[in-house]
Amino acid sequence: MLTYAIKRIALAVLILFVVMLAMYGMVFLVPGDPASVALGPRATPALKAMLTERMGLDQPVAVQIWRFFANAAQGDLGIDVWSKRPVLDQILEAFPQTLLLGTVALAWALTLGITLGVLAVVYRGTFIDRALGLISVSFISVPSFVVAIYLLLIFAVWLQWLPAIGAGKSGDIPSQIKALILPSLAVGIGWVGYLARMVRASMLEIMAANHIRTARAFGLPERKVVTRYALRLAIVPTISVIAVGLGSILSSAVFVETVFSRPGIGTLITGAVFKRNYPVVMGTVLVTTAFYLLVITCADLLIAKLDPRVRDALAR
Amino acid sequence: MRWPANTRALRALIRDPMGLMGLILVTLFILMAVAAPILVPYDPLALEVRAKLQSPSLVHWLGTDQLGRDTLSRIIYGARTALTIALTAIGLAGSIGILLGLIAGYGPRWLDAALVLIFDALNSLPMMMFALAIITVLGPGTGTLILVVVLVSIPGYARLIRAQTLSLRSADFIVAEQAIGASTPRILLMHLLPNVFGPLCIVLSMDIPVVIMLEAGLSYLNLGVKPPTPSWGNILYDGYTAIRTSSTLVIAAGAPLVLATLGFTFLGEGLRDALDPRFATARPR
Repeated sequence: MLTYAIKRIALAVLILFVVMLAMYGMVFLVPGDPASVALGPRATPALKAMLTERMGLDQPVAVQIWRFFANAAQGDLGIDVWSKRPVLDQILEAFPQTLLLGTVALAWALTLGITLGVLAVVYRGTFIDRALGLISVSFISVPSFVVAIYLLLIFAVWLQWLPAIGAGKSGDIPSQIKALILPSLAVGIGWVGYLARMVRASMLEIMAANHIRTARAFGLPERKVVTRYALRLAIVPTISVIAVGLGSILSSAVFVETVFSRPGIGTLITGAVFKRNYPVVMGTVLVTTAFYLLVITCADLLIAKLDPRVRDALAR
Repeated sequence: MRWPANTRALRALIRDPMGLMGLILVTLFILMAVAAPILVPYDPLALEVRAKLQSPSLVHWLGTDQLGRDTLSRIIYGARTALTIALTAIGLAGSIGILLGLIAGYGPRWLDAALVLIFDALNSLPMMMFALAIITVLGPGTGTLILVVVLVSIPGYARLIRAQTLSLRSADFIVAEQAIGASTPRILLMHLLPNVFGPLCIVLSMDIPVVIMLEAGLSYLNLGVKPPTPSWGNILYDGYTAIRTSSTLVIAAGAPLVLATLGFTFLGEGLRDALDPRFATARPR
């Protein structure tokens, strides 16, 4: 187990390192130096020289790369060339917002998804099961940003029940909750369908198992068989899927945050991509990739710890 | 693994209401993309500034945008943009994926290990962040968009082909080919490829809606197809900026996007059920 854990962690660190190196390499491969690209048509020689110096581009490449990693390891991701604020501060401001959005979205998606999955199993083979199947696939395939725009149109523009933009006033919890409703619906909708299908599939498998037959033979009510004995087991694989799904939550958050002009990682990075604001883009990619790798590595280790079969297969 | 008799599969697909609906939607979408020049009532780029942001009427069935361009014509051409990009990107990614997968599965072990490490590394990146990083460096545009899709999808395809190749490399018919002295490229392309292609086809077809969505999404963020080229994402963005004065644009651009992704997903699910239930399932995006 320890060897496996060390292997996994080393791989995650290696991937992170290679990703950043590749990004740094790409910046130098592109025609034109980053300073004039970032400045665009406004580039005057003086302005360019200033920016080049501030971005450290006058140093040899090896020195730049070394500096970048040395600083990143100490938590210094550089200074945003535009707003002159430290990149890390901006990320630390934005990240909790995205985390909140993702958590709320996942929470309601889990509740509804598991409920629909169980319903489909209880009414398996009937019209309800087929209708739920159709709804699940539709929810999965609808793009989250279209859902976001339609929700915005209906509830914020037409009905004016909920705010169209922003994350609510700071300190004003009710306004923050109101601002969270539409975005979290848009981010979570795909997961409802996906989780419903997963729970249905794994429950159908478990319902055929011996211990369920035994439970029924003891005369337990069906309700108890489903909730106490089948669902408990069926949820386990669902939890492991969520860790890997973090990536897709992040990508729908990018779109949805932009639609609702909500502060967060998505608005931060898309704004920076426009301006070719390299320090912010690289810092955001570094932090989100590190977070993502951390979560999937932890999930893998957890699964390996819980399931000896996985552990043995992977340790080899 | 071979394709079952095609007619039987087609019949199974049509009998399934979901599959039939998918087939109809996808056919409509492809017709729209192919016959766009014949179908459009106006030039999708023609400006008519005096007729801007009009509501649907007999003259402009779906109204006009901020620059007075006919929305219906732009939507029809948007289908063409979406399909072209999806097919190009998926085709490229599929070909490279097949090549790398065959090499990893049939080649020496060290090469396999190295390739799998690269696939795993690419797979363990948050896709969207990776895409945005590439766009920052290369600048937005159709070429960048295709490159992003190709880079993001290769690992999955290559892994699928690799697994299939590994399970077939010691099969009797491959050993027989080796015994009669067939060259490695011949074995790979003439004997292995036809046997590993079927499952990949289903996965490729299920990825088309993902690419259509990504194209529209990035174009919506102004990081994909550059205006004035009609793309559903661009039209959606135009509609979003005018959402308080006119909702027609948003509704008109969102609906085909939803219908196309639904159609392809339904078709993919139906195909999978009709052909082989073991591979691929739709995931949240």
